[in-house]
Amino acid sequence: MRGTTKRTYSYWFYAPAGVVYGIFFILPTVISFYFAFTRWDLFESHWIGLDNFRQFFSEQSLRSSLRNTLVYAVTTSGLKVVLGMMLAVLLTSSIRLKAILRALTFFPVLVSTVAVGITFSVLLQPDFGIINTVLAKVGITGPDWLGNPTTALLSVAAVDVWKGVGLATVIYIAGILSIPRDYYEAVEMDGGGGWTQFRNVTLPLARPATFTVILLSFIGGLRSFDLIWTMTGGGPGFASDTIASVIYKQYQAGFYGLSTAGNVVLFVLVSIIIFPLSRYFNSREVDL
Amino acid sequence: MKLKRYRFAVAALAGSALFGLTACGGGSSAGTGAGSASSAGSAASKTEITLLVDNGEGSVKAANAEIAAFQKANPDITVKLSTRPGGGDGDNLVKTKLSTGVMEDVFWYNSGSLLQALAPEKSLVDLTGDAAIKDVDPSFLPAVTQGGKVYGAPWGTAFGGGILYNKDVYSKLGLTVPKSWAEFEANSEKIKAAGIDPVIQTYKDTWTSQLLVLGDFYNVSKANPNWATDYTANKVKYATDAAALRGFEKLAEVKAKGWVNRSSGSMTFDQGMKYLAAGKGAQYPMLTTVISNLPPADAAKIGFFGLPGDDAASSGATLWTPGGQYIPKTSKHIDAAKKFVAFVASPAGAEAFTSAVPPTGPYLIKGATLPVDALPVAKDMQAYIDAGNISPALEFLSPVKGPALEQICVAVGSGQTSAKDGAAQYDADVTKQAKQLGLAGW
Amino acid sequence: MSSRTLSPAGRARRLGVEAISLVVALVVFVIPFVFIVLTAVKDEFQSSDLTFAWPTSWPVMDNIKQVFAARDGMLLVAFKNSTIVTVVAVTILVVLCAMVAFVLQRRPGKVANVVNALILSGLIIPPAIVPTIWVLQKLHLFKTIPGLIVVEVAFSMSFTILLYRAFIASIPRELDEAATIDGCSGLALFFRVILPLLRPVTITSVLTNSVFIFNDFVNPLYFTPGDENATVQLTLYNFLSQFSTQYNLLFMNILLITIPPLLVFILFNGKIVSGMTSGAVKG
Repeated sequence: MRGTTKRTYSYWFYAPAGVVYGIFFILPTVISFYFAFTRWDLFESHWIGLDNFRQFFSEQSLRSSLRNTLVYAVTTSGLKVVLGMMLAVLLTSSIRLKAILRALTFFPVLVSTVAVGITFSVLLQPDFGIINTVLAKVGITGPDWLGNPTTALLSVAAVDVWKGVGLATVIYIAGILSIPRDYYEAVEMDGGGGWTQFRNVTLPLARPATFTVILLSFIGGLRSFDLIWTMTGGGPGFASDTIASVIYKQYQAGFYGLSTAGNVVLFVLVSIIIFPLSRYFNSREVDL
Repeated sequence: MKLKRYRFAVAALAGSALFGLTACGGGSSAGTGAGSASSAGSAASKTEITLLVDNGEGSVKAANAEIAAFQKANPDITVKLSTRPGGGDGDNLVKTKLSTGVMEDVFWYNSGSLLQALAPEKSLVDLTGDAAIKDVDPSFLPAVTQGGKVYGAPWGTAFGGGILYNKDVYSKLGLTVPKSWAEFEANSEKIKAAGIDPVIQTYKDTWTSQLLVLGDFYNVSKANPNWATDYTANKVKYATDAAALRGFEKLAEVKAKGWVNRSSGSMTFDQGMKYLAAGKGAQYPMLTTVISNLPPADAAKIGFFGLPGDDAASSGATLWTPGGQYIPKTSKHIDAAKKFVAFVASPAGAEAFTSAVPPTGPYLIKGATLPVDALPVAKDMQAYIDAGNISPALEFLSPVKGPALEQICVAVGSGQTSAKDGAAQYDADVTKQAKQLGLAGW
Repeated sequence: MSSRTLSPAGRARRLGVEAISLVVALVVFVIPFVFIVLTAVKDEFQSSDLTFAWPTSWPVMDNIKQVFAARDGMLLVAFKNSTIVTVVAVTILVVLCAMVAFVLQRRPGKVANVVNALILSGLIIPPAIVPTIWVLQKLHLFKTIPGLIVVEVAFSMSFTILLYRAFIASIPRELDEAATIDGCSGLALFFRVILPLLRPVTITSVLTNSVFIFNDFVNPLYFTPGDENATVQLTLYNFLSQFSTQYNLLFMNILLITIPPLLVFILFNGKIVSGMTSGAVKG
């Protein structure tokens, strides 16, 4: 049997994927820990110790990108959890038009981020954009969503939620559908209404789905770049810069060592948040 | 399905037809350089030289007009045009072509600090005292000089960086062009009282945010004529030099006094130009060259003045010099190339340029004049040059420029950062650039 | 809470919920697309108002032609590039990842643990951009379509393997053994027996990966800068500045590059959703 295993499930099956993954993902990740400590023009590198990191943490605009990254990730994943859960409950209830509504919420997931970013930049325009035009009709002067430092980051986050909530909803729908009906019937038997069913059955038993949504959207939020870049370019000023957009700007300016140091900072940030989080979630799932 | 494929074919055809047209005008694109050098020699009586310009609409139009006029005057030389992308890609392409020896016989490229990055002493033909630059106005030469040697001649016009203003609004409110910042402040208050936005800012296109700082350089150089040299040598800084700091202060002041249009944070450059032409805003810190984006009727309404300094007696404007024409050392037809360069930088060349592209600033060519019906901004700028009240912008005098000036200016101009902090951040940005690039003395 | 037991009041409430959710969904999710379409078919003058007004003229074909003609036909080149990258990368992904997932699921142990850890890292760790460029440059793959393809493959691998691993778990092991007895082994077993069985999850992974790679903006931005290797998302970004005065063309461009994912969505709507849910939740 062991011989058959070796032959049938040969480790050679790992080889082609391993080569691609090793060369184009693992190797760059590993060497980034060297180049992050250098001044580097892609041809020559000079070891400069911690200078890049010192630069990163001394510059106010780079520091604020750290905070923005966290704010963005927390806001988007939080909203995706809440809205995704609500939509999923609605779309698994007995209402008609379920198919249409599910399709509508999922479609933005498939549209390119750049297209979404450009479209919403126009819709959010303060003078003639539809959102402020409608607000003006009810007597509210809407802010300059993307042009005002206090609202820019959150406006982009809102669009991110618009684009990504469909995926969260689908994951929740699957989670809710896998809950045995008996649980609901038991609550109904005890005279519990919709809210009790939600609190005592859906919420706890959809926990694996919640973990998946949180992990996926948190990872996505921490790494987010394309939507921010097309909508604000990190601006106005540096108000909506995230680590990923800083990495790009340093790269554009030719500061390859500094850009790579930004990569390492992002790497560390993602790792210290996500790995413990996923371990915690895994342990909770076992408890259930 | 059939219909769909047919339509697709039509679209593809239309695409290729148009491609053909532009390619026809533009010559077959970039890659031709290598082949042309060897093949050109075969035509015995007729010399063929090649010219590389960026693929911007204005550049290509101007280049075609210059070529047509030049070939008429020199029937024994033909010029073949190639185009390259603009921006960072174009910079890389030019560097690669120069270093691999396949650069066209003549190429048009920025003057000033970008030229310095090409290592001209190694790669370009020295034109110092050459007949090719005999018509060139001396004010252009510093932008193409390195180590005391001149490497280029201008093509097209210079342009001013300062304030574009709506002349209708000015005359309706009975305002005169301000000669000092105090007059500018007074004008702006009157404009605001009339319900018009005094200052237009368009921070969605971040590059537009820099004009109040960069356009103020005339006033900086007035206060200290050696400022640019000192700056390159790391002896003066924006944050600690009172005259240099003024630019950032002006940027902060227009916001603090409520003169800036409400939607400045998300307005684009294009929308800003329309806003100015429509008279909804009165003054726009900008370059004169952008006027060509407006329809002629609108462009006629816009005037220009240099960014006012603190002293009315010494008002002037900051000048962006024209792009340069350069000849690589690897060219096989240096004499013919020089003839072409000389022609473009002569009154006849200026005339050919005018026929293709309406000039938005003066030519830096002796004996070249603007047409009588030239746009107001061009005439306004010419007046500063005639009076000698100009300084080239800092980027033509010093290779030191930080990459984050745009964002810092937006941050200052939208009230997130104080002028002093913004200037200090920019100084740090410049230091970072110098260090990352390993410049000496930083 | 089945519909049979609803009282009249409950039915009215349900109707209310239905109406409200439909209206909200239409407003929130459909209006942006209506705006794209309306702007795309307007003439240049009217489109610059950027309002929802009904088009006064319909230069649809004209706009399409102009978008394709812009920048020497760059959009057409970009469609070609994006198609090549998407098709090749997805094909490689399917074969390579199915192979890995197969052995990974069937042969647990220390090696499998290491592989699993690597896969999880790939899902979580952000790729190191400039070092990747450096590697590509050393291999003469920087700014080339093959370079972009291998990068897309490497970055999408983790997700695809997880998708396959979850599905392979549901295929009984006895099947492999039966095939082995029939004389099939190694690669032959995998390609003749296993891979055909993976059809449902292959469809899911083809669809999700192709939409993702076709829509990708970041990797082309870093790894294939320059006009000649532009992909569709990059053209959009490049056109943003060029078409700042011609919103009708900008939005026509958006519309055109949204058509491929839209078709995928219409044709395979149900399958993507069901496949994704099983993959995501189990994985």
